Amino acid sequence: MTDDELIWRIAGGSGDGIASTSQNFAKALMRSGLNVFTHRHYPSRIRGGHTYTEIRASSEPVTSRGDGYNFLLALGDSFARNPQEGAYYENEEIKPLSENLDELREGGVIVYDSGLLDASEIEDFDERVEANNWHVYDIDLRSMARDVGREVMRNTAGVGVTCAIAGIDTEYVEDLMTDAMPEKILEPNLEILERAYNHVVDEYDADAPDVTAPTGEHDEEQVLLSGSDAIAYGAIDEGCRFIAGYPMTPWTEVFTILSQNFPKIGGVSEQVEDEIAAAALAIGASHAGVKAMSGSSGGGFALMSEPLGLAEMTETPVVLIEAMRAGPSTGMPTKTEQGDLEHVLYTSQGDSHRVVFAPGTVSEAYDQTRQAFRIAYEYQVPSIILYDQKIGGELVNVPASHFDREPNPDLGSVLTEAELETAPHAETGKYQRFQHDVEDGVSPRSIPGQENGRFLATGNEHTPEGHIAETPENRVAQMNRRLQKAEAIRADLDSREESHQTYHGDDEAEYGLITFGSQQGTVEEAVDVLADQGYSVKSLGVSDLMPYPKEEVSAFLDSVDEALVIEMNASAQFRGLTQKELGRYGEKLSSLLKYNGNPFEPADIVEGFKTTIIKGDELPGQETTFVPAAGD
Amino acid sequence: MSAFNAIDGGREVDRNDYTPGIEPQPTWCPGCGDFSVLKALKGASAELGKSPDEILLTTGIGCSGKLNSYFESYGFHTIHGRSLPIARAAKLANPGLEVVAAGGDGDGYGIGGNHFMHTARENHDMTYIVFNNEIFGLTKGQTSPTSPKGHKSKTQPSGSAKDPIRPLSLSLTSGASYIARTAAVNPNQAQEIIVEAMEHDGFAHIDFLTQCPTWNKDARQYVPYVDIQESDDYDFDVTDRREAMDMMAETEDVLHEGTVLTGRFYVDEDRPSYQEEKQAIGELPEQPLAERYFDDSYEWERSADQFLDKHK
Repeated sequence: MTDDELIWRIAGGSGDGIASTSQNFAKALMRSGLNVFTHRHYPSRIRGGHTYTEIRASSEPVTSRGDGYNFLLALGDSFARNPQEGAYYENEEIKPLSENLDELREGGVIVYDSGLLDASEIEDFDERVEANNWHVYDIDLRSMARDVGREVMRNTAGVGVTCAIAGIDTEYVEDLMTDAMPEKILEPNLEILERAYNHVVDEYDADAPDVTAPTGEHDEEQVLLSGSDAIAYGAIDEGCRFIAGYPMTPWTEVFTILSQNFPKIGGVSEQVEDEIAAAALAIGASHAGVKAMSGSSGGGFALMSEPLGLAEMTETPVVLIEAMRAGPSTGMPTKTEQGDLEHVLYTSQGDSHRVVFAPGTVSEAYDQTRQAFRIAYEYQVPSIILYDQKIGGELVNVPASHFDREPNPDLGSVLTEAELETAPHAETGKYQRFQHDVEDGVSPRSIPGQENGRFLATGNEHTPEGHIAETPENRVAQMNRRLQKAEAIRADLDSREESHQTYHGDDEAEYGLITFGSQQGTVEEAVDVLADQGYSVKSLGVSDLMPYPKEEVSAFLDSVDEALVIEMNASAQFRGLTQKELGRYGEKLSSLLKYNGNPFEPADIVEGFKTTIIKGDELPGQETTFVPAAGD
Repeated sequence: MSAFNAIDGGREVDRNDYTPGIEPQPTWCPGCGDFSVLKALKGASAELGKSPDEILLTTGIGCSGKLNSYFESYGFHTIHGRSLPIARAAKLANPGLEVVAAGGDGDGYGIGGNHFMHTARENHDMTYIVFNNEIFGLTKGQTSPTSPKGHKSKTQPSGSAKDPIRPLSLSLTSGASYIARTAAVNPNQAQEIIVEAMEHDGFAHIDFLTQCPTWNKDARQYVPYVDIQESDDYDFDVTDRREAMDMMAETEDVLHEGTVLTGRFYVDEDRPSYQEEKQAIGELPEQPLAERYFDDSYEWERSADQFLDKHK
């Protein structure tokens, strides 16, 4: 966290254009030289319902949402339901203003659309404004928009007002609007932007001690991407040209990006009848020689359990992605959680042998998706990218050069027809696609249509040429060979220059924070805050969940006196996995859990750590839960 | 140059080429109708000159799934009900493959019914053979989706309260463009129909009546059968959807009264296959995707060149 940051929250109703306005504004801030990071909050509703997006902008790198925020643009919910006595949803229209006051920092700015919102409906509004030293701008954005163009353009008016107050050059916003908007709506929008800007300059004191946006400069060209973008591009660069899926929030984002982009590069996207079919199609395409993927969120992924096991048994490479949201069952569709860890690790009958990566940042999402494909095709196993609503939807700037890499369309362990001529065949002419004794347990495959390559793939236990067999000797040989691949994959990952695990803070620190996947950036910020306050803390963000990075995590835990495991679920699944894999450290590991639908804020971790680990007290609120160390 | 020389390779084949050396003697019960499917499929494949290396045969689970063990080709013995989604993706990945899917009536009309409807709807260019014995055989005789109403079994001790699925009508409604029924006792017709199905450009569904002498002793052996194209008693236009629907309804009504009607019920040669539809809207490349991975001269696209600009 820096003192010099803008955390701008735009709030309205679903359907009010909050997402597109915030995306453009984030990009404008990035182009101006700042680092940006966004956080979305939205309901499972098409029209109406309080939604906001927060943009945190700083000249320093930002890896997390902040603690609270300092600039509110409240547009009002234009699709709100009429307030009715006794209705649990109360007055929806005012929520973009009323629901966002608790987290607004002292001295912060409130801009609200007085054309839609009446602040006097909020209890104690004026008292709270005074007590918190908030600066309020009640501006009729709606009329401003309507006078020049259409009402929906009030978002642009809000951005204009923001620029004037925070001292942001509108040039970047204008450029973006020019790029993105058709002529017909561009002109009125530009005019509204200017009018709104001038309105503030004319009507308000320019020297008011408001929130001012920082300024910055990038060393190299940046791009603004979400985790979903990064996963999609990682797949493309690894030669994936087939995706099958069924819509489900939040995985739909990756499915959409690839469905829109694949036709441009000769790829195939199939929207099918259900997730069983989706996973089965990916397996069928891969079997026929194409790099393929599918994915879903919790409930849809549950339907993929059986095909997933088939991919393991037939050693068909495939990449599946799982975008977690709050469960169980339908849970909270648009809220984030990390509760599907055990589901993804163990679902499907029998002993699982799969690869699971949980990227911790947007750039890791790109890198690890590429690794997931490489490993899947080289070792003939299913690879899974486990992510969540948070990392899928957050936008951050990444150097464009990060994506300037060579593509890798290699199909991995596959023979050509020429190689098949001399490869081992059974007496009957079938190719021995599942040989017992092969290096790393990987027996190269042939592809249907190749001469001399025919074999039988089956979900039953099978002989080297694929025939169904239940003899104990063959069974043990095949099981051992398949399971042996996990060791080879672990050794492969460990031998690479860059580990998927991310370390942060002072190597010599006394305490450790350990997390997996999307909470990594927030944990890192908490480490920095704690270090500033004089605490000796470092962190480890784990991405490799299967095969588990035992050496790295053991070394980290050996180096600290105590460690707090941070995860977004109610049953401490990652801590359980860590203890299971390492078989010890039970005395050292306690948990800080959050499962209310919102990701951790740095302060949750900072305060949680100080209260529980340092002071040994109980946590005061219900936002997070502490589970003490249980022993081995 | 193709990486898949078995495809349209013009190799000389005869029906013995589809007999695997390792398990030439199927383990189906004596008198089982499944033998006839195997025989007809071998005959049809030989008649069409398909090499075992260019055929991908996918199966589900059950007695029918053993077809993969007794038919020599590339095979994918999948999981219960899922042979179709695997088959159709393989066809999209490499349209040159001769793709045949097979399974039982529980597999195709029960647990995999959703895939059956949607594969028919999409009209993938492939053949689907359903071994319809009106019973679950491999799990020892439970009532299946095609068992007649009142059928008694260990799991339906008072007799099934459900009307059976109408497989032909379901197929037509779902969108299949070639629909036929044949019977194990009618080997010549069976081979002819499989040949037509494999040659058909679209989803060809064959409801293949396969008697189960072990678990469905009460059921007829599907004799005598009537070939509706040969018989003078039935006159309808096989290309007319409404007439076909009436013919199917009658066929399904009389099956359990002892009249076994077989033959072609619906043939639509005009409807483009899914592959053609998908190519027409620019969502399936002309060159088979599978070839691209073996094409050393292909310039693989990068996201940095193609898609990154809009993020700047």
